[in-house]
Amino acid sequence: METISYLLQQCVNGLQLGAVYALIALGYTMVYGVLRLINFAHGDIFMLGAFIAYYLISKFDIPIYLVFAITMVCTAAAGYIIEKVAYKPLRNAPRISLLITAVGVSLFLEYFLSLKFLFTANYIGFPRPFEVQVYDLSLFTVTNIQLIIFAVTAVSLVLLFLLIYKTKYGKAMRAVSYDQEVAALMGINIDATISLTFIVGAALAGVGGILYSIAYPQINVFMGIMPGIKSFIAAVLGGIGIIHGAVLGGLVIGMSEVFVSGFLSSTFRDGVIFIILFLVLLLKPSGIFGKRIEKV
Amino acid sequence: MKFFWEARKVILLAVLIYLVLKAVFGFQLLSQYIEQITLFSFIVILTSLGLNVIYGYTGQFSLGHAAFYGIGAYVSAYLSKSLGVDGILGFMPVLFLSGVGAGLVGYLIGIPILRLRDDFLAIATLGFGTLVRVILDNSDRFSEVLGGSRGFVGIPRITNLELAFFVTVFLILVTRNIIFSRFGLFWRCVKNDELASQGIGINTSRMKLMAFSYGCFLAGIGGALYAHLYTFLHPSNFDILKSIDFLIIVIVGGMGSIVGTIYAGLIWVGFIEGLRIVLPAEMLDLRWVFIPLFLIALMMWRPYGLIRKGG
Amino acid sequence: MKALAIEGLEKGFGGVRAVDGISFSVEEGETVGIIGPNGAGKTTVFNLITGFYRPDRGKILFYDKNIAHLPPHKLPRLGIARTFQNLRLFGKLTVFENVLSAVLVRGGYNLLSAVFRSTDYFVTESKAEEKARKLIEFFNLTGKEDQAAENLPYGEQRRLELARALALEPKLLLVDEPGAGMNPIEIQGLVQTMNEVKRRFSLTIVIIEHQMGLVMNISDKIVVMDFGEKIAEGTPEQVKKDKKVIEAYLGEEPL
Repeated sequence: METISYLLQQCVNGLQLGAVYALIALGYTMVYGVLRLINFAHGDIFMLGAFIAYYLISKFDIPIYLVFAITMVCTAAAGYIIEKVAYKPLRNAPRISLLITAVGVSLFLEYFLSLKFLFTANYIGFPRPFEVQVYDLSLFTVTNIQLIIFAVTAVSLVLLFLLIYKTKYGKAMRAVSYDQEVAALMGINIDATISLTFIVGAALAGVGGILYSIAYPQINVFMGIMPGIKSFIAAVLGGIGIIHGAVLGGLVIGMSEVFVSGFLSSTFRDGVIFIILFLVLLLKPSGIFGKRIEKV
Repeated sequence: MKFFWEARKVILLAVLIYLVLKAVFGFQLLSQYIEQITLFSFIVILTSLGLNVIYGYTGQFSLGHAAFYGIGAYVSAYLSKSLGVDGILGFMPVLFLSGVGAGLVGYLIGIPILRLRDDFLAIATLGFGTLVRVILDNSDRFSEVLGGSRGFVGIPRITNLELAFFVTVFLILVTRNIIFSRFGLFWRCVKNDELASQGIGINTSRMKLMAFSYGCFLAGIGGALYAHLYTFLHPSNFDILKSIDFLIIVIVGGMGSIVGTIYAGLIWVGFIEGLRIVLPAEMLDLRWVFIPLFLIALMMWRPYGLIRKGG
Repeated sequence: MKALAIEGLEKGFGGVRAVDGISFSVEEGETVGIIGPNGAGKTTVFNLITGFYRPDRGKILFYDKNIAHLPPHKLPRLGIARTFQNLRLFGKLTVFENVLSAVLVRGGYNLLSAVFRSTDYFVTESKAEEKARKLIEFFNLTGKEDQAAENLPYGEQRRLELARALALEPKLLLVDEPGAGMNPIEIQGLVQTMNEVKRRFSLTIVIIEHQMGLVMNISDKIVVMDFGEKIAEGTPEQVKKDKKVIEAYLGEEPL
């Protein structure tokens, strides 16, 4: 009985982490879909979201939904600017040049924001906007934080799926990720669609940043690196470019991480995630939902 | 065997440079610190040359080069400490074994990951780099002497001017001879077009594996020299930022250019260490604000290299 | 003596049967043309023979040895060379290096000889260089050795690809649409080159071509494909009159 309850508890905790990974992974997968680029700076957008929320909560007394709204607008703007300034000039460059640029943008954001007069390189306690409450459901417990994470993630996902599958903008995004040239011939505005993809992805990462900081209330300019890489692995696991794949991948990675920490040791957590990556790349590089592609 | 005869001009030049350096350091015209970073620049050149073989010549993008540098450093430090090596002669086999160790790990990890291309290879090598970092951070669980996240201390100081300089020159010549042979030609074929390479009968996976393990071998040698120069190792010396250092040197020097890598390595070490002298300590963080900006500018302006354009 | 025999070859992609049970054979020294409308599966046949695809079913016999499951890089060693439909040169390498690489694939010194510059290295290199120069001369590219291959005009790139394939000293040469994108005058030059190649090197050739003027001129036998199947086979004269062939080409370019 105790094992079952422990297991269920770990599942709830895994879902909490996995939900955040899913939100970040969506941005990776969408950008990869339209640009074939691993946007290394995406993890830093997530970090930016956490810091913006931190300033909003600690400096201004505003309701939590406004914190979410303002943070999303700011991270979306950051995503938009990064694409326009750093990636757009390289639209026709070799893919590796674009990738190196993305690494450069990521490092720049981290080290620029870590300067003394900005966010500094220290860990900062994130003020929780409400008291933590634990609800005991006999077999396992759930906190109000976890409930909020699940609820916000669910609402974001529903909105995203509506955007992608029910609007013409979503249709344009899908067309561009299917074949950019053909999409352009069909009169789709490629630049605007790419911008929109970055905006939506960055907004989701902003939400992820807030949720993550509420759950693990220590923030730092380098906090985006590992969740960023893990979320990218989640996107690869689900099948890069596939929206629902990113969600499932995020949940699987979050669960694995919590289970490894709970049953083995937290020091092996990151190692196991990378072993998952190697296995996916070797056995099915196209991911769980991906189709096989023939070469030549 | 015309190894030395063919390279006579380079060797003559190298001996001259060595004599000048020996005189300058011998009469203590420059500080100990300058001597140290001069030796360090040779190590950086050697390790970057390894990445140039992998990425510049063969086109296999790696974000985990520092991991192999770290493997070489830790293997050599562990060997020399547990065997009680403290002289150059005893160190030579340790040096060789550290290179072979890093090369072997590169070979084993290369078998699965070199099937991947471009960005997927980047993420796999990045993943491997992180994995090595995790292992190094926990290395005291395997053996107390490795030090884990506290760092590996008390490594004998063996690397001197002769060792660092002549090992680097020798390996540059070896690398040049491989590059200007059928193997180097096949590497460049693979970089240009893998399918066409297979079409003319090149075993592309073998060639990629060969370039990758040789590049890792050079990084391993570099790491071993590093360990016995600074006598202290910490896992954070071998993380992704270090890999990006090497990447920048290769890109600045020009992909597929040995001479470019040498210049770029010297400039890089001079620049980074020079800033340490010029800038006050609290401003040093600014380096990593400007380096990424420089990298981005480079990608937009001259993606194939600053010093030399490589094919 | 049959140089090449294809027996019941099949290959599908998803639901599409790109090659659907095709059989034909090529005698040693013969030149066989494969023609057919776009998407008939001609290039797929080449990719199957050269190991880039693995067949679902069927045999590919090269001098009675089944080569159906060999990886692509093993085939040049057996004596099969190919060119690609949309040209695959090593664009950033020089003309000379493009040919030299193919010469050096076949036999050479080992890594130690290269590192320590043994006699073996120098002898092999100078022989290879001479051979590469001869081929470059044969294909009229002398004087352009040091240019990057991607900077050559289109027709010269085609010739360079042929030179590179012949540097492998193949017994069987597979040529995929050498005339694509060429004007009639260039095509005439190509016919001449192909005829010279046949005379100079004792070769068995299989050629995929859309330009009827070219393929009818140099082929001893024609295989016609449509929807992954062979619909006709025979001398150029026979094939031109074949009803099925005319039907398949109806609406396409006239024969």
